[in-house]
Amino acid sequence: MKKSILSIATIATLVFVGCGDKSNDKNAASSASSSAAVSENQIKMVGSSTVYPFASAVAEELGATAGVPTPVVESTGTGGGMKMFCASNESPDITNASRAMKAKEYEECKKNGITNITQAQIGFDGIVLAQDKSSAPMSLTRNQIFLAVAAKVPSKDGKSIIDNPYKNWNEIDASLPAKPIIVYGPPKSSGTRDSFEEMVIEHATTKDFKDLYEAAGLEKFKSVRTDGVYVDSGENDNLIVQKLTKDKNAIGVFGYGFLEENSDKVIAATVDGATPSSDSIASGKYPISRSLFFYVKNDRRAAVPALDKYIALFMSEKMIGDRGNLKKLGLVPMAKEQRDAAIKDVMAKKVLNPSDLK
Amino acid sequence: MSNNINNHNPFYDPTLKKRHLSDKIFKYMAMSALLISVAFLLVFFTDIISKGLPSYKQAYIELPVKYNTETVADSSFAIDEKHYELVSRAWYRDMPKYVSENPEVMNKTPIEWVLADDEVDQYMKGHQNTLTDEQKTVVEELKKQGKVESKFNTLFFTTGDSKIPENSGFLASAVGSILTILVCIAFAFPIGVMSAIYLEEFKKDNKMSQLIEININNLAAVPSILFGLLGLAVFINFFGLPRSSALVGGLTLALMTLPVIIVSGRTALRSVPASIRQAAYGLGLTKWQVVKDHVLPLGMPGILTGSIIGIARAMGETAPLIIVGMIAFIPDIPTSFTQAATVMPAQIFTWAGMPEGAYIERVSGAIMVLLAILLTMNAVAIYFRKKYEIKW
Repeated sequence: MKKSILSIATIATLVFVGCGDKSNDKNAASSASSSAAVSENQIKMVGSSTVYPFASAVAEELGATAGVPTPVVESTGTGGGMKMFCASNESPDITNASRAMKAKEYEECKKNGITNITQAQIGFDGIVLAQDKSSAPMSLTRNQIFLAVAAKVPSKDGKSIIDNPYKNWNEIDASLPAKPIIVYGPPKSSGTRDSFEEMVIEHATTKDFKDLYEAAGLEKFKSVRTDGVYVDSGENDNLIVQKLTKDKNAIGVFGYGFLEENSDKVIAATVDGATPSSDSIASGKYPISRSLFFYVKNDRRAAVPALDKYIALFMSEKMIGDRGNLKKLGLVPMAKEQRDAAIKDVMAKKVLNPSDLK
Repeated sequence: MSNNINNHNPFYDPTLKKRHLSDKIFKYMAMSALLISVAFLLVFFTDIISKGLPSYKQAYIELPVKYNTETVADSSFAIDEKHYELVSRAWYRDMPKYVSENPEVMNKTPIEWVLADDEVDQYMKGHQNTLTDEQKTVVEELKKQGKVESKFNTLFFTTGDSKIPENSGFLASAVGSILTILVCIAFAFPIGVMSAIYLEEFKKDNKMSQLIEININNLAAVPSILFGLLGLAVFINFFGLPRSSALVGGLTLALMTLPVIIVSGRTALRSVPASIRQAAYGLGLTKWQVVKDHVLPLGMPGILTGSIIGIARAMGETAPLIIVGMIAFIPDIPTSFTQAATVMPAQIFTWAGMPEGAYIERVSGAIMVLLAILLTMNAVAIYFRKKYEIKW
């Protein structure tokens, strides 16, 4: 009898607690979201996985030093982030992007009444292919790199997709040296690897060879070959450089920032005729590079005061400057003038002009 | 001659040897299956524990720290140049705050244990690291003087996620998990048990109720990520609850756990012998009295076991929480159900994607904590079952 009373009591309390909890929380939630979230003051952002490490580093710094709640950073991919960003005029407050907003995405935003958007460029993402300084400099095209590293490539007759057969560079193109293809690059967990896959392999399979890959059911294909030609070399870029100095035939893949630091030991291959440099990356002439952005809803800046602090911190020299924290994480900083202009526009809440978008 | 005897033995079975052989083969096959699973478990545990244990230690360095107005303005000057890069960025970041909270250290140069960079920590543990040869000699020098030491990693148990490996901890996600599971229990348990009672005790057997039954059984087998999509559509988009919060996560997991609780609850209630109910009705009790005083108390151990196992599964769930935004960079320790929170498996998932060695050992360290919690929950389930078990 005692036991039965006990168990009934347990259930009753649970039901009661359950209802109590839920109604309280719901009230709290609705009041938080309707009353412009003054008490909340927590920034929420979504978007590109490439910008994610930079954004979360800034978020952490803000939370640790500015006395505001640490912003929540979700990695949803640029496209997914845009979708959520444009869905309503509430959170997410910011979406990170590894490309500029598309006109189509802006239309979606406009449809939901979100036009007071500011675009902030934070820098670039650039990837270089380097070899030991003593070896003969290579000049490659983006498609040649694609043919050397992709798991599946178009066959010579261009009619089907086959497993990558190339073992030597001259098999890809007679103008290239007759040496084996060995590529030391970052492993799957790395952001550099994602960028490399997207900017080299996915670029080829969604542009030049789009029809072929779609016909084969390999839409947006971006896998790197796993037959030993591409060697995962840990996240340790130093190790890649060591391997390059030992193996003169090898090519290493890493972020542009690292090339700069090791310019005494390694030399970069030109891609599509462009040598990687801050200028060629900034102008877009060097093809394996892209601009990184975040987009912010200006209307939210009043409701979430921490937003201004976050933006000011992100755009500061301490973060995106030539000696900034984000450079250590792989961001290629913009030139000083470009940086100053970007900072000015963002702080002045310059509204995004839809005619600038593609 | 023995052949002859056997021929005359009416109990002699010529296939006996063969049958015994197949019996043996069967026994060894079953045993090897067990051995394989035990071996897998052993490999898993040794791997996790050997990788995870180092995460409970963290290197600290004993250095003179200059506290003055200049170093508070730019904390990178607080440590001498030789040792500058060996100290954690998190320490430099938090130093000004430390001084403002402890103004008495101002204008002094005390010798203090400061948090070491994760690469120093990895070097001390003999793991791969990116220290240069010069830095290694400096660390060796410090080691000889006893000025670098692996201490118990309190940070791991007292902080949240961080982009600075040595500064990252597990507490924020553990608190997030607890809040999420509380919501899940508060929602799923009463509704699940009530539904089970209705279906088992009150429901009339007709087409409609059969349809409901089939659906509940099917729901128990639906991939968990679909519940995430449902949670996103219902709780976030329709009810407007805050994304990434423990409330939404808990409700989503409750949706996932509900069918499990209902199905196991019904089984438990069904196992209560009909004679109990009949005797109770025979005494003229109402249905409410029968259920409350007899059926439910007798079925409770079974219901609890099923519920705890369902909830333990929810606790280890990641997929549906991706969709409702709980897999994100959320370093703050949540203090309410509506605040952004992450959960333990999500934290493990995030760390597993990070390249630094310090995160890799934290993954195993965190898995050990999660496993310990889940094993405790299962132990509680077994305890309840044993304690209230009634044999008929």
